[in-house]
Amino acid sequence: MDAVWFGLNVFLFVDAFLKYEKADKYYYTRKILGSTLACARASALCLNFNSMLILLPVCRNLLSFLRGTCSFCSRTLRKQLDHNLTFHKLVAYMICLHTAIHIIAHLFNFDCYSRSRQATDGSLASILSGLSHDEKKGGSWLNPIQSPNMTVKYVTFTSIAGLTGVIMTIALILMVTSATEFIRRSYFEVFWYTHHLFIFYILGLGIHGIGGIVRGQTEKSMKESHPCKCAESFEMWDDRDSHCKRPEFEGHPPESWKWILAPVILYICERILRFYRSQQKVVITKVVMHPSKVLELQMNKRGFSMEVGQYIFVNCPSISLLEWHPFTLTSAPEEDFFSIHIRAAGDWTENLIRAFEQQYSTIPRIEVDGPFGTASEDVFQYEVAVLVGAGIGVTPFASILKSIWYKFQCADHNLKTKKIYFYWICRETGAFSWFNDLLTSLEQEMEELGKVGFLNYRLFLTGWDSNIVGHAALNFDKATDILTGLKQKTSFGRPMWDNEFSKIATSHPKSVVGVFLCGPQILAKSLRKCCHRYSSLDPRKVQFYFNKENF
Amino acid sequence: MGQIEWAMWANEQALASGLILITGGIVATAGRFTQWYFGAYSIVAGVFVCLLEYPRGKRKKGSTMERCGQKYMTAVVKLFGPLTRNYYIRAVLHLLLSVPAGFLLATILGTACLAIASGIYLLAAVRGEQWTPIEPKPRERPQVGGTIKQPPSNPPPRPPAEARKKPSEEAAAAEGPSAGPQTNPIPVTDEIV
Repeated sequence: MDAVWFGLNVFLFVDAFLKYEKADKYYYTRKILGSTLACARASALCLNFNSMLILLPVCRNLLSFLRGTCSFCSRTLRKQLDHNLTFHKLVAYMICLHTAIHIIAHLFNFDCYSRSRQATDGSLASILSGLSHDEKKGGSWLNPIQSPNMTVKYVTFTSIAGLTGVIMTIALILMVTSATEFIRRSYFEVFWYTHHLFIFYILGLGIHGIGGIVRGQTEKSMKESHPCKCAESFEMWDDRDSHCKRPEFEGHPPESWKWILAPVILYICERILRFYRSQQKVVITKVVMHPSKVLELQMNKRGFSMEVGQYIFVNCPSISLLEWHPFTLTSAPEEDFFSIHIRAAGDWTENLIRAFEQQYSTIPRIEVDGPFGTASEDVFQYEVAVLVGAGIGVTPFASILKSIWYKFQCADHNLKTKKIYFYWICRETGAFSWFNDLLTSLEQEMEELGKVGFLNYRLFLTGWDSNIVGHAALNFDKATDILTGLKQKTSFGRPMWDNEFSKIATSHPKSVVGVFLCGPQILAKSLRKCCHRYSSLDPRKVQFYFNKENF
Repeated sequence: MGQIEWAMWANEQALASGLILITGGIVATAGRFTQWYFGAYSIVAGVFVCLLEYPRGKRKKGSTMERCGQKYMTAVVKLFGPLTRNYYIRAVLHLLLSVPAGFLLATILGTACLAIASGIYLLAAVRGEQWTPIEPKPRERPQVGGTIKQPPSNPPPRPPAEARKKPSEEAAAAEGPSAGPQTNPIPVTDEIV
């Protein structure tokens, strides 16, 4: 999909470049400007194309709708719809690249126009530049710089194209610098509010071409005095008996609005839809304050149906009218409510937790949009599932583990899983003690049903020191782990994946094992390597499949 | 928006402005535009701004991601002490640096961006933020994998038989995951003199 998009970009660029480089209509324009005309126009076309595309991936409701109607479509297509933000960023980078090309080309263009305006050597370029701006003579000028005294800066800031260009570029730069990963993760509000500068970008783009600064020869003028015949004899254009008259030029009509009109309308619909959905009533059925400042909200909303691994956007008008923050759903679809666990990780989350902590005032109103994201149904298709959750990546597994457990209890036929190996890697369990409790209760339920072997989990604490380890060593004899209270003992450090994979391979020599990760990229690399290494060459024996889904 | 450290965004913006100044300067100089010497200035100013802004300052709260290889520039920037620590000075410096580039169309975009960065730095300075260098952490974490400590599988060595008051009870209580009472492979002697 990305390759198709890239190919289209290349095709559009080359096509426009050749058109402006070869067409006779722009022969005289090229005489002044050279190849930079074609460069600027080619990058302009790519900018139009990419500006059209950039609004589409962020229409998440539209994408959800497409995915819903496409439930019979191939899974790869649906997964593409989920990598919407990646595509948005890719298109943004392309816009930045073409903006740079466009600006540099036009800088050269303006300089050429300026020089030929000031030239007094009687060359073709200077004569073309002298073509009058006088409206009475048809306004068929070529050079936008009207007099030799005008500087390029003046023309830039007094023409619509120049002014909107500067505004758009500054808006673009501010959007990009506030959207770097570091700023987005640490100061989300800066990113969110600054990114709304896109409105200026889109408006600017719509009116950028109105001035018709890009000039080509008119049809009529080409019929009368075609450049092939007349360009050589430019000194004689004004002679009464010459065949060639002065060429006349017209501006290129603006076409950017044609590209962006439909996406803008779709985006407006998207925002209206988000607003409408947010107005639907959300009933909070339970509020739980977990240790380490984690807030659990159990809610109900009419018509809400979720699948495992999805997320919702939450807004709290009393804290901030405009901010929507994403949270992974931690409840299973089988439950009659949906829940999220909110950790204090910034201004908005801390304010939210504080608002809910007030026991004697009314509960703040919550608005919910969603759910979004691919359902991770693949988890249920494997006989043996290896689930790895690192740090905050453990959150979608709450939903998955609960759902697997419900399906198992009802002997759901869709569930092919017979054994789960769950690896939980985090620095310290503090903020995830609620997940701890979930594992404990799952442990208990499994014991009651007599299915102790179904779920195997191991917790790895990477933030250990010798105190913790000494403490664990002293309490080795106890039945439950001293840190977590779980039957499984905590290990310290990072898992040695080779050992784990070889153990799993020997215990399940004939199974297909699905490996699912929610965590950092480095971990994904090592897991993928292990999957390759431990998958047997014989397709009937153990096979490990690493699932690239990002929850 | 209480927790925002504006200096972090100002830093990103200033770094971007530096790059834009360099690009505009190269275009102006290479194309020999009129007054192209402003372009040459712009390249120098852009390089200076990039070098100054490359090392990211330390966040007040939370961990800061370092830029690749920034520790060399951190050492240099740290040398200037209060000149680089104080954001008022940086705001004024960036504003002054941006002015000459404003004379040329090719570099005026760099001027605008650097001026905006200067404004954000001013906001940061008003809110009392400061540039603190990121110091390298002393390496005490052991290597991955090689030192996963399992809890000890043997109980501690026991004192000799005479010191043990109730040997039968001890033996019963010593049952853990390892099967059976412990037998010492090497005879243990009491070394009390």
